[in-house]
Amino acid sequence: MATPAPLLSVEDLSVEFRTRDGLVKALDRVSFDVHRGETVGVVGESGSGKSVTAFAVMRILDPAARITGGQVAFDGVDLVAARESELEARRGRDLSMIFQNPRTALNPIRQVGRQIGDVLLRHGGAKRGELRKRAVELLAQVQIPDPERRYWAYPFELSGGMCQRVMIALALACGPALLVADEPTTGLDVTTQAAIMDLIDELARAKRMATLLITHDLGLAALHCERIVVMHAGHVVESAPTAELFASPRHPYTAKLIAATPGPGVSLDELAAIPGGLPDLRGELPACRYSRRCERYAPFCDEPLPLTEVGPRHTVACAKPL
Amino acid sequence: MDTLLEVASVSKRFPVTVKGAPRGSEHFLQAVDDVSFSIGRGECVGLVGESGCGKSTLVKLITRLSDTSDGRIWFDGHDIGTVPAERFARRPERALIQMVFQDPTDGLNPRFTAFDTIADPIRRLGRRAEAGEVAERVSALADMVGLPRELLGRYPHQLSGGQKQRVGIARAVALEPRLLVLDEPTSALDVSVQAVILKLLDSLRRRLGMSYLFVSHDLNVVRLLADRMLVMYLGRIVEMGTVDEVFEGPRHPYTRALLSCVPEPGPAGAGKRIRLSGEPRSPIDPDPNVCRFYGRCPDGIERCAREMPLLRSFGGAHVAACHRA
Amino acid sequence: MTAAALRHARYVVTENPITLVAFSMLLFLLFLALLGPVLAPYDPLKSDTASTLKPPSARHWFGTDQLGRDMLSRVMVATRLDMAIAFSAVALSFAVGSLAGACAGVFGGWTERIVSRISDTIMAFPLFVLAMGIVAALGNSVFNVILATAIINLPFYARMARAEANVRREAGFVEAARLSGNGTMRVLAVHIYPNCLPPMMVQASLNLGWAMLNAAGLAFIGLGVRPPTPEWGILVAEGTSFILSGEWWIALFPGLALMLAVFCFNLMGDGLRDLIDPRRRT
Repeated sequence: MATPAPLLSVEDLSVEFRTRDGLVKALDRVSFDVHRGETVGVVGESGSGKSVTAFAVMRILDPAARITGGQVAFDGVDLVAARESELEARRGRDLSMIFQNPRTALNPIRQVGRQIGDVLLRHGGAKRGELRKRAVELLAQVQIPDPERRYWAYPFELSGGMCQRVMIALALACGPALLVADEPTTGLDVTTQAAIMDLIDELARAKRMATLLITHDLGLAALHCERIVVMHAGHVVESAPTAELFASPRHPYTAKLIAATPGPGVSLDELAAIPGGLPDLRGELPACRYSRRCERYAPFCDEPLPLTEVGPRHTVACAKPL
Repeated sequence: MDTLLEVASVSKRFPVTVKGAPRGSEHFLQAVDDVSFSIGRGECVGLVGESGCGKSTLVKLITRLSDTSDGRIWFDGHDIGTVPAERFARRPERALIQMVFQDPTDGLNPRFTAFDTIADPIRRLGRRAEAGEVAERVSALADMVGLPRELLGRYPHQLSGGQKQRVGIARAVALEPRLLVLDEPTSALDVSVQAVILKLLDSLRRRLGMSYLFVSHDLNVVRLLADRMLVMYLGRIVEMGTVDEVFEGPRHPYTRALLSCVPEPGPAGAGKRIRLSGEPRSPIDPDPNVCRFYGRCPDGIERCAREMPLLRSFGGAHVAACHRA
Repeated sequence: MTAAALRHARYVVTENPITLVAFSMLLFLLFLALLGPVLAPYDPLKSDTASTLKPPSARHWFGTDQLGRDMLSRVMVATRLDMAIAFSAVALSFAVGSLAGACAGVFGGWTERIVSRISDTIMAFPLFVLAMGIVAALGNSVFNVILATAIINLPFYARMARAEANVRREAGFVEAARLSGNGTMRVLAVHIYPNCLPPMMVQASLNLGWAMLNAAGLAFIGLGVRPPTPEWGILVAEGTSFILSGEWWIALFPGLALMLAVFCFNLMGDGLRDLIDPRRRT
């Protein structure tokens, strides 16, 4: 049986930022797929380019950014080449995003119920007279208690967890096929985080929605994602099904990242540190951006980086995989 | 074990105004409620709890940046709770209780170089020292925390997160305190840097013989460094014990829920996650007879609504405040 | 550290051409203020009845006024007084206002109430009218003009400083300073106050232009500085009566000088802030 075409296919995406100090090559030939109904995690540390990837997919990058290559094929349409009017029509309706800081991502001077109504109105998700009813339904769907009353609440009156639920309701209002979640639970308590992630999982399953989860928390990705894409300094270094990634990581950075994350059964001595720091993305960069920090570095690592398939849907960008 | 810090029935209330309340009525937000625990010499005690549990307020009370509403605090046998916070800077104990902050950027004065930041406590509280001696001490501290000496002349915005945190640590240990409070010292750092800082903190503790109060929301990290731990909820301690006792056999339903929600970096665990419904109770004018966790607790019974559970022993150092445990 | 500071100053000035223009103009004005009386071709106070109301020519670049005094010399010499008034007034206002505001922000309670009420009272008056009232009450002198200008500007600095101090009061490094043994006054003076300054530098620069206009305005209506002392406002005032009869140069050149100075101060605001704020130092 042939695998159906992916819903989202990012191919060789490269992004540069023009800054006062030079050109920052934030992403370099990033490629990965997301299939319908699948949850894919993009994991990396600060500076890895994971948020830039999310913003590039949604085409809401900063004006100082330029997509210098590659394509983002969503449901057959290349979002990189698309006109702004087409993008505006799709955003919110076919693909949606939720952000890290829920309270600041919502309009502070507009009631939350009305904000949901705005999205519905824009994309024809409901007729004018039905906006309020539909918005209350959506609030109930994200498990906000007393949705009738909470329709009229302002973001500052709600807790962080509730604001995040509102944002999820906003994003899912028109039933998109893809949800991009950029660090949706960073800053939330662990119990709230669990509740929010469970909610996203349930809704995604119910609507057969694909999710792209951006996070720095490997444990979170392990719990909720079927596949994980590991990024470092603007490169995708490895992508694999979750179980396989943890059972046999093939890229040295992935292995180090797993070993550096505290978990049960790991003592302080066993906790690995990753030496060196991120390379300066403005300057001359080697073919493998991890090579200068890697203890397995060999001269052939400076040659163009190969992308090796080491298993079913398991690829690694390394000249000398583990 | 020799006790360094003893906290006895400490509470902290803040007056608040409540919308719609009758005029002239007073209302209080109970941030910390009847908290008692101790820290021994050389011990590392972890403090966990979620937002609103009162751990930040408790930290301010212990480091004497703010005053208690009730209760006593003893440090090395001396009562330090009765001295008002504004005057505490002059006490000899000031140098012995220090803190490392969560946000390295917020914790450093943007107009001070790394050198000035580390030198400040030495100049304020150290023995009267020559400029040369101060410089020597700062360099020694930089070496101790693994901060390259060339970076001492830099300003915070020229340093990375990990480097800034090292500066904060150097500042905190400059006077060789006996008690170091660490308020989420690695949560703002990347995982690769976190390991280094945690190891540094661990080795410093042994080297300088300090006790730690390690506050964190990340239970995995607490497990790595702490000997004992406290779990707080809405201002009260709900469970306390050695790290193994609490992790392996949590008694309080909140602790159990908390532990079940912690993600593990490995193939998805088999453990079922306990979901807590609803929102926490209001910390304003709480009813002293109702368990703070009642309403969200999956094990709540009628008794929980009439009688506040107190900490009782479950063997060893393990205590928990629950009628159902 | 001075070498680095100079390097940074040079970087700031050269990076943004507008800042460069503004700083050059400022240097020019300061130069004039210092050396105006020495460089002026004629004595600004000496009348020459033979050449009254002469238009601009090779002998008198800016023409002469009704008493035969050379306008160029008068405008040049007036620079010193106008700059002095502007800088003194702003310095006084800044110093007192920012200190009061910072104390109000840090201490709260009665300090804040008193500072706020005083600020509110000052702001309740139309500011120019208040300045007029103060000078009229205290007498016509340069010092009183400076004082009046400083007083009416106090609330702006006080408010800004109070807001900045309020924010910084909760900052981690302030707590760290207390943990390091700094008493409340030291924390305020060394840690909080210097960090409140950068945002206020822009305000101060804009204020310079305003203070100058204020002083000129007061002189224009006959308060504060009195003729024959050369001051741009007075010169413009004297020139207005001659505009309709066609002697346009008497009012125009001092007016242009005033405009140039205010323009320069306004442009300088951002440049100054870049210089002071260490976050911009790289």
